[in-house]
Order: sequence, then structure tokens, then C-alpha cells
Amino acid sequence: MKYVDEFRSADRVRETVRALDALTTRPWTIMEVCGGQTYAIVKFGLQELLPKKIRLIHGPGCPVCVTPAHIIDHALSIAESGAILCSFGDMLRVPGSSSSLLSAKAKGASVHIVHSPLDALEIARENPSRQVVFLAIGFETTAPANAVSVFQAKKEGIENFSMLCSHVLVPPALEFLVHSPDNEVQAFLAPGHVCTITGESEYRLLCERHSLPIAITGFEPLDILQGIYFCVQMLERGCPDVVNQYSRSVCLEGNQVALSMLDDVFEVRDALWRGIGTIEASGLFLRREYAEFNAEERFPFTSKCSCKEQGCISGEILQGRKRPSECPMFNRQCTPEQPLGAPMVSNEGACAAYYHYCIR
Amino acid sequence: MTCPVEVEEKTVITLSHGSGGRQTSQLIEQVFLPAFGNQVIQTLHDGALLDMNCGQLAFTTDSYVVQPLFFPGGDIGKLAVTGTVNDLAMCGARPQYLSCGFIIEEGFLLRDLKRIVESMREAAIKSSVEIVTGDTKVVERQSQEPNIFINTSGIGRFLCKEPINARSIREGDAIVLSGDVGRHAMAIMAERSGLSFPEGLESDCAPLFAMVEALLEAEIELHCLRDATRGGVATALVELSEQSGMNFSLFEEKISVSAPVKSACEVLGLDPLHAANEGCFLAFIPQDRAECAQAVLRQFSTGKEACVIGQVSGRSSSPRALMHNSLGTQRYLYKLSGDQLPRIC
Amino acid sequence: MCLAIPGQIIVIEKEGDFLFAEVDFSGVTKRVNLLFTPEAELGDYVIVHVGFALSILSEQRALSTLSLLQGDEA
Repeated sequence: MKYVDEFRSADRVRETVRALDALTTRPWTIMEVCGGQTYAIVKFGLQELLPKKIRLIHGPGCPVCVTPAHIIDHALSIAESGAILCSFGDMLRVPGSSSSLLSAKAKGASVHIVHSPLDALEIARENPSRQVVFLAIGFETTAPANAVSVFQAKKEGIENFSMLCSHVLVPPALEFLVHSPDNEVQAFLAPGHVCTITGESEYRLLCERHSLPIAITGFEPLDILQGIYFCVQMLERGCPDVVNQYSRSVCLEGNQVALSMLDDVFEVRDALWRGIGTIEASGLFLRREYAEFNAEERFPFTSKCSCKEQGCISGEILQGRKRPSECPMFNRQCTPEQPLGAPMVSNEGACAAYYHYCIR
Repeated sequence: MTCPVEVEEKTVITLSHGSGGRQTSQLIEQVFLPAFGNQVIQTLHDGALLDMNCGQLAFTTDSYVVQPLFFPGGDIGKLAVTGTVNDLAMCGARPQYLSCGFIIEEGFLLRDLKRIVESMREAAIKSSVEIVTGDTKVVERQSQEPNIFINTSGIGRFLCKEPINARSIREGDAIVLSGDVGRHAMAIMAERSGLSFPEGLESDCAPLFAMVEALLEAEIELHCLRDATRGGVATALVELSEQSGMNFSLFEEKISVSAPVKSACEVLGLDPLHAANEGCFLAFIPQDRAECAQAVLRQFSTGKEACVIGQVSGRSSSPRALMHNSLGTQRYLYKLSGDQLPRIC
Repeated sequence: MCLAIPGQIIVIEKEGDFLFAEVDFSGVTKRVNLLFTPEAELGDYVIVHVGFALSILSEQRALSTLSLLQGDEA
């Protein structure tokens, strides 16, 4: 068992599709929340395999897409001030209100791609005379690892290290979507790696509050098709519940060590989601105890961003109200080379996925 | 007063090495000539006089700016020779003569220059080409670590009856890929991404002309050849589809990717089809010769993984390259713009 | 949103404050922090994201997932 190819098996996929065909008697609208699931669905062409009655819409689970433009602008200003700005590769091409980290790098700013938050900490250790700032983005999957870098910086007294955060939480976003008056989502594929950290409890609450079927789903073709199968099964039977399709990784209580690290370093507050707006209690912010490692305080910055992005309807896309192909700018003024918004740049953004892969 | 160019650990290239004076001559005599020594270059004239008893010549140029300069399986020098030699092979020409121009930032270590030039010498011998003329400039340092840029131009004798380019691609042609993909890109990225290959992974950088020649000797009509360098196989296919005005139909299972390369791409969030190669090419040939071509290529160590990966399906006003996967679904291939960046999302 | 890949632990060693594993992903290896999976053992498969192991994969549950929907409904 290697846990990859087995879940891409053409035979098993075909079997699942047959079962789904037999099961589906009515039209259903299901939202897949996670950008990683969006990517897999489009890359493997899974939408083509689904019964026509199933409408799959893409959700806001792309942390790159929802990081506010003012955070990118702040990161740019830090990089241009002479500090070393460390970031995951995903963020480099995303436009802030005027420019991107990749452009700044080309103009000579010290922007380093890191693969782990601890890499950023190591860069700080190796460059004691320079300020090193880590642009920490992500959902609950990435936040615990990001937390470790600042936890360790405090423990070791690495004073030249600080973190610029944009962490967001999935359940409040789903709550927000469900409350929207034009919400059409009848079931969710919940993100399997987020749930690996958080466990199932918040999704059970969502399900109970709104009678919503939820399938905690993995990322391989078989996982996604099974997740859809479970959602349809619950919808057809009228029995909303939370089913853990990704049980090989997700357990009921999640990862307690990771949750404990999150709790130590971060607190929950309202957060701005790019394109969508402020969602209550949906973001993780550094606690006062870590204020000295907070780049927002160490590098004061006034955002000049108007927050109105010319023509970009990323909010509609991220909330599943429109498909990228329904955007008037799509493939005209907005392309991966000249993106108007983040979903066209991020590898798992719905717009980029449609642009690159989709049969038209 | 002399200023000997000695091979010491810390000897660096300075602006005076590029000024055309005594130090430039010493650099040429003590670094370049011993490596590229041939009758033509020894004349040390402004240009090379070459005897080319032939009809058409292929002529190409390329500049090499790769980072890092040294990587598993090669370096910028090996790339600079092999890359240009391969471009000539992709024209259906026997590579014969190369020029090389160096732009070196002051402070560049002499021992690194010697190492690169030695790689070029070895690559030239392997490709049966001679480096017959060259130039060196030294510039002020722009980057933290002094850098080197190499341009090579190449001439070769065209061997085919018909031109080899995208416009010669025909409906029904088989598309053959000469090897497995992604090794060059992963060999370069691995170290700086914190990945290790216990079995070792080297760039696939290798000359391709011998394989092209073998196809010609087997009397296989070559309509188009393209090496899948920057942007990978996918970018090459999309470009050719657009340039030829033809739709391509491709089968993902036929494209060979080694297990470690596949895994490295998964870990970094990269697509092997967009990963750069330096020793693998696409050939568009008549469908009825496809099996033969595959067999011919597989005789070479660099062609062990050669496979027919698809077909030219027909003319179109908006031509696309369509990839079929093992699940029975399809997606369009697209051209990479810029470099692939590793991702965590 | 979270690129996380399964790999097998082939070495475990302590360095400074942390336990690290050498994780093999079918022929390529990477150093992974085991802070969030302190109970992981040699031979275990873990899900790795940004250089940290997030969970130990259960083979039994994986097999069970693979055999769901074979023949009958789950």
C-alpha cells in the first residue's frame, strides 16, 4: 500500500461512477470546498464522469485566493525595505493592489521561496543582522506548522524573525455561505487535510444546524468520487450526516498536538476574505504574547488599497455563484499572465484551472 | 612585468581579463585554447574560415543563464554545447561547428571557469563538434554571487530532403517521445528544495543527433522534431500544435516519468509535463513507421523509454493538444509562462 | 488548499528540540518534522505538508476505503 496509485485506479473509479449513476435520481448541487480538490477534479477531468444531474461547484478553499490584497502590499513594502521576505511559492505571482512579490524579486528585493516555515526561521538564524519576515498563509492545515516557527523563535530568542499572517478557517466560511440568501449548495465535500488537523466536530455542528450532508473527502480521484457518492446518498435518502471518507488520515478528534499549538500561538478574530468580505470569527491572529514577532507591529504599514478590484468577480467565483467561464473578463482582460485577481494565478484557483485545462 | 594567470583556489576573473589586452590573451591561451584546441581556433583570428562542401546549412544560436551553474549530471558549460548541438539536430542537421561567447561578472572564480570550459570540451567531443571561434567580456558584478552567461551559435549540414518544422506536420502523423521526462528539472530543483534521491538523479542532458541520424538511416521520414526543453513536453506540444494549425491527441499513460521524478513533482506540486528536459525530443513521423521509430530509438541508452505518445488528429482553426488519461477523461495541455514555482496549496 | 503527500518513514532522529524523520516518497526523500506525530514509528506512512507530518496513515482504513462500493452500496 503506497496510498497514491491505489486511489487513482481506473477500475475503482469506473466502479464508483457506475454506483453513482445508479444512485442519482434527482438533481443535486454539491460544493467542493478545497482548492486541492478543485485542482484534482479539473486535472483528472472528474466532472466529465459525473451524472449530468450532479452540479459540482467550487468553493473558497484557496488560501492564496482569499489572502487580502493589503497583506500582499504589506509584504511588498517589507521586501522593498531591505528585509528578507520568505514565502511559499504559491504567493509569488499573486497581484496585490498593484504588484506581486515576483515582480519585486525581479527588481532586486530579497524574496526567498521556502518549503517549510522552519526554513524561514533558519534563514533568520543565518542572517542575524537582517530582519527576516515569513509571509504565513493557509487554512487549518498549514497554520499549526506556521505557528511552530514563531513558537520556536520566541523560545530561542531569534529576535530578527517575525511573521506576517493571513490564516483563515473553513467552518465559518461554510456557515457564511449557507446563510447567504442565494445559497444553492445542498451538500459539502469538506477538506480532508484541514479535518486531519481539526477533526470532525465543527462539521457535525454545521450539519446539525443546517441539516447539511457533509463528506470529509480526500484528494485522489477515488476519494473525490466517493465523497460525492456519500453526499448524493445522504441527499437521496434525506439523511444528513457527516461521513468521513478520508478515514485513513482523519479521525474524530483531529490532531491534538497541532490544535494545542494553534491555541497557544493564535486567537480567533473576524477576518477579511479577498473578494468576499469580512467573515465573523474566521481568522487566526497572533496572540499578544507573540506581539514582538508580529510583522504587522514591527513594520507599520498603511494600506492604500481601495479593495475594489477592477472587474474581478473572484468573490462570486469563490462562493460558487458563478463559474469562471461566466466572468466577462475571463480569457480576455484576465489571463494567468495578466491576472486581475488571485483565482487566475493560484494553481488551485478555479479560474486558472478552467483556463488551462477545460474542454470548451 | 607579467601577470600570470595561475590556477589557484581564490584567483578570480577581473575586468582587465575582458579588456582585450595582455590579460585577455593570457586567459585565451591558458584557459580556452587548451580546451577547445583545433586548427581553426588556433589561428586566433577575428572569425573562423570553414570548409563546408554542402547544400543547405542549419544555423542556430542560444544563450545559457542556468542557475545553479553546477548540478547533478552537468553544468552550464555542458548545457551550452549540448543545447545548441541539439537545436541543430532538431533541424535535421549534422552539428559541426560552434562559436561561444562568454559574459563573465568580475569576481568569478577562475577554477569554476576552467571547470565549465572543461565540460564544454568534453561535450564537444561527445557531440563531434568543434568550437572554432569565441569571445569573452567581463562586466561589473550585478548579483551577490558573480555569474557567467554563455552564448553558443552552431552550424550544421542539413541532411534531409524536406524541411523539418511545424508546417511539415501532417494529419495522421504519429508523435514519438524519445525518453522519460522531468529529470533535468528535478535534478536542478532537488537540492534547493530539500529533496534527496538515494539512488541519485542526474540531468538527462545529452546529445540527440545520433538518434536523429539513426531515424534517418532507417529511412523514416521526419516531418518535425522538437526537443522538450524549457516548459517541458506540454509547452513544446502546444507550441507545435499552434504553429502547425493541427490538433494533437495524446495519451498520458504513454509518457514515461520515472518513479522518483514523479514523486518529487508531487511533493513540490509541479507537473512533470511542464518540467524541463535536456535530452529528450518529440518526433512527428508517418504513422506506419511509428513502431520502427520506437524500436530504433530504444537501441540507445538515452532512448530506452522512447514511446509513441499520440497522433496528429487533424487541422483546426483553433488547434489544441488534448491529453487523454487512464480514467477516460481529457484535458487540454497548456504552455507554461515563466518558471514552475513549487507550491504548498 | 493543502498539498500533502503520503510517504514512508525510513529514519527517525532527534535534532535540537525536534524529532525528525527521513521520509521516502517512492525514491525521493525529505526531512520531515514529527512534532505533530510523536508516536510515529519506522515504517509508518505519514501525510506530509510544509515539512511536517500531519497524520499517520491507517492501512486498515485505507483498505476499507478501497473496498467501499465494491458490489453493494456502502
